[in-house]
Amino acid sequence: MIVSNSKTILAVQGLHASINGKEILKGIDLTVKRGEIHAIMGLNGSGKSTFAKVLAGHSAYEITAGSIQFENKNLLDLPPEERAHAGLFLAFQYPVEIPGVANIQFLRLAYNTIQSQRGKEELDPLEFDDFVREKMKLLNMKPDFLDRSVNEGFSGGEKKRNEILQMALLEPRLSILDEMDSGLDIDALKTVANGVNQIMNKDNATILVTHYQRLLDYIVPDFVHVMHAGRIVLTGGKELALELETRGYDWVINHSESTNKVTA
Amino acid sequence: MVINTDYLERSLELWPFTNTKPSSWLNQLRANAIDQASMLRLPTKRDEEWRFTDISALTHLPFRPSQPENIIHIGDVEHLFLKEAKIRLVFIDGYFSSSLSIFDPTSLTVGNLPMFLSSNSAYLESHLGRLAKYEDNVFTALNTAFLSDAAVVSIPKNAAVRDPIHLLFIATQNEVTSYPRCLLVCEEGSNITLVEEYIAHNNAKYITNSVSEFFLAPHANVKHIRIQRENLEAFHLANCAVSLDRASQYQSISISTGARISRYNQNVFLNDEAAECTIDGLTMISNQQLADTHSCIDHIKPHGTSYQQHKCIVNEKAHAVFNGRIVVRPHAQQTNSSQSSRNLLLSKTAQVNTKPQLEIFADDVKCAHGATVGQLDEEELFYLGSRGLSPATARSLLTYAFAAEVINRIPVTSLRQRLEQAILYQKSE
Repeated sequence: MIVSNSKTILAVQGLHASINGKEILKGIDLTVKRGEIHAIMGLNGSGKSTFAKVLAGHSAYEITAGSIQFENKNLLDLPPEERAHAGLFLAFQYPVEIPGVANIQFLRLAYNTIQSQRGKEELDPLEFDDFVREKMKLLNMKPDFLDRSVNEGFSGGEKKRNEILQMALLEPRLSILDEMDSGLDIDALKTVANGVNQIMNKDNATILVTHYQRLLDYIVPDFVHVMHAGRIVLTGGKELALELETRGYDWVINHSESTNKVTA
Repeated sequence: MVINTDYLERSLELWPFTNTKPSSWLNQLRANAIDQASMLRLPTKRDEEWRFTDISALTHLPFRPSQPENIIHIGDVEHLFLKEAKIRLVFIDGYFSSSLSIFDPTSLTVGNLPMFLSSNSAYLESHLGRLAKYEDNVFTALNTAFLSDAAVVSIPKNAAVRDPIHLLFIATQNEVTSYPRCLLVCEEGSNITLVEEYIAHNNAKYITNSVSEFFLAPHANVKHIRIQRENLEAFHLANCAVSLDRASQYQSISISTGARISRYNQNVFLNDEAAECTIDGLTMISNQQLADTHSCIDHIKPHGTSYQQHKCIVNEKAHAVFNGRIVVRPHAQQTNSSQSSRNLLLSKTAQVNTKPQLEIFADDVKCAHGATVGQLDEEELFYLGSRGLSPATARSLLTYAFAAEVINRIPVTSLRQRLEQAILYQKSE
């Protein structure tokens, strides 16, 4: 939802990033305010997943130019864990599996770490158990989910639910959901989208990184940005996603390349 | 007088049974063993079986054999006890301490060597020293030559001992060698869980030279948990020999975290059909520790099954060695065997040598093996960092996760929790 006079959570300006000397992001500008949902769409290789990882602080990427302001902090000064403490959350496209660590043990460790960093109360195992089971209802998750190893042997849908469960527990200011719909059937997609919608409020914001329009039927964005070759080439409202669906990415790419030529 | 600084020569000089006539079988056993030891030499890196493990530091230690001095009070060591264990035998520097132990002296199935010698010498004679061969192993020869006490556990036919039996070997004396010894005889159809644990009470510098012999009769079922957490000054040299009779089951979980230099030889003989063994090992070392595990699983008869997994977690300048030998003899058809060696290096200076050694002489068998050496995964560390965990916490959690596969198999809850805590709160680089 677009709220008038809402505070800015994220301000990205002229962001350039490379991996192994190869430039992937070539000048990104993006402003996200409280209450807003932004969708970043683009073909594979357009740089949208890289942008998500750079926001979360992945060390493989080198920032060569630009700035990222997160609330009142310079995000680029912070390692990944401090970004998480500050309220940034990335739901991974491919969450890692950690055999040997029970999911509930991991969830409680993450929750209590964030709570103590924010000066809030930690929960003991019994209190946490009640708390997490309540949150799991949002996502229709079975209780045995807590005793299994983190993401080990989880189906695609279960992994995504586990990511959104973490989002619900950690109460981030800004969530970046990377390809949340990949590997989900329509029922799982509805459940996950419903969970995200319930977590959204006027004080937080979400960036959906997605290839397909399908997800946006269930989580309706306020803004749609199209990425191509490491830049945002077109920004519009939710109707832009539908237009993309009918006209295809070629339309935007041709459009942006012709615009570039004109400006050049 | 010049003290001989060679461990072996000094041990031969200080052999205490020189004036005993070999009237009894035990004196004869000791005499044979010391004769054998005098014909052997300490291994060096030139020996194939010791090529990665340099024990030359040991050859300059003028250590005398430990003496029975019972100076330990129960308050000093009770934190080491396991609440699940209703039977506990405690040995201080290799000598039995009845005041620290719990057992029923009237049952005569669990006790120490002198007790069994007075009540059932013939039974001991038919087992002790029969499995752990000293002919070509100098450490087993010395242990046998100095044999004066031992933990003896004899489980009668079809008896199922529900609670674990704890054999606790505590080192206290400085500059000594102790010779712990275990004998386990499980009669047909019996079922037990045994925890064999080595630990130091202080920072003494010492050598533990231990030998364990396990006999499993047909259909016996043994769970053997071995914990080696000696202090970082210690040398730990251990031999364990296990004999499996028809359709018996042996499950072994060995955890090594201690000692400056340790070597554990575990030899399992599947002596009759349909025997099964599961051997899990975990070595977790740092500083300048060296930990060497050599196992041999010998499939002698058909339809045997063995499953082996060995994991090493090596930090700082430590060095781990694993040599897993699996033999399938010509008659051991329909053997099913698998072995996996997985190794995690936590620093640039850590080192591991791992070697699977399969010797298969039968043609209708299934044998698989694999080895991996890796580091903590950057993507996993990033994932945990993105959830707010500090790099140190993320590393501990992933290290713990690597170890958990072995630790989670320990069927004694308090022991498992003790180890989990020790790993989770261990600092990694």
